[in-house]
Amino acid sequence: MQLSEKKVGIISCRGEGCVEGTISRVATRLVLEKLPEKTVTICLPLFLAGGKEERAFARDYPTITVDGCEKLCAKIGTERYSGKPASSIVVTELARNWHCSKLNSRRKLDADSVAVAEKVAERIAEEVDEVLDRWR
Amino acid sequence: MERTEQEKIIVIPCSGIGKAFGSIAREATYELTENLRSKTTGTVCLALLVSGDEESLNLVRENKCITVDGCPLQCAEKNVRLAGGNFAGSFRVVDAFKENRHLKPKSVTFLDDDGQRLAKVLAEKMASKVDELLGGES
Repeated sequence: MQLSEKKVGIISCRGEGCVEGTISRVATRLVLEKLPEKTVTICLPLFLAGGKEERAFARDYPTITVDGCEKLCAKIGTERYSGKPASSIVVTELARNWHCSKLNSRRKLDADSVAVAEKVAERIAEEVDEVLDRWR
Repeated sequence: MERTEQEKIIVIPCSGIGKAFGSIAREATYELTENLRSKTTGTVCLALLVSGDEESLNLVRENKCITVDGCPLQCAEKNVRLAGGNFAGSFRVVDAFKENRHLKPKSVTFLDDDGQRLAKVLAEKMASKVDELLGGES
């Protein structure tokens, strides 16, 4: 799979089981909306199940994985099938570092959780710029 | 007779991230598992299941599963089947959309009103399927 421009693939776990999975999903979406010219997303279940285009992209282009929890499904899956991601973000780690202890409602993020998602999105965006700088 | 943990229906959405239909699949699952049939249904992370997590694999093998997919690739259904899950039914957001064309969901990150309505319609259909699978005991 070849794109004409340099792009970073963002692979988000978006786990359904916990609020951090929802935050990983929302943060990834916010980055895609903010930086459409620099980023694409890869559907993780499709990637893990053997999606050829997804795996080829992740082999040929740098990726950033965004995991909700320490099980690291996105990071481990990417390493297993397409190589080491250029950067790896774990929402639970960031939330702990930011002393955000009251994340709730995996279904509809409350104001505190949206604020965390926005901060995670900022971190992803910084990583995108760093990865692209290293790539040039 | 008291219902045991083994009798829960596991509902697995694709949660596709590129289009509104993936968000609707996810929201319909939450509406079903948290509101409409909270005692008789549960969900599991699809990525964790596909990663081979033993607990998730046991959950889908020991319980009947319903999948909800946002796009024609049907990742949720395919992955539950690949995992050897006890597959009992599938839903596609596009089918609910075709039956409710007056609803035009657009936003992906945070569902708009039409997206929320379509998710509720879909969740009601899924609840009927749950009742059918449980012999009308929900």
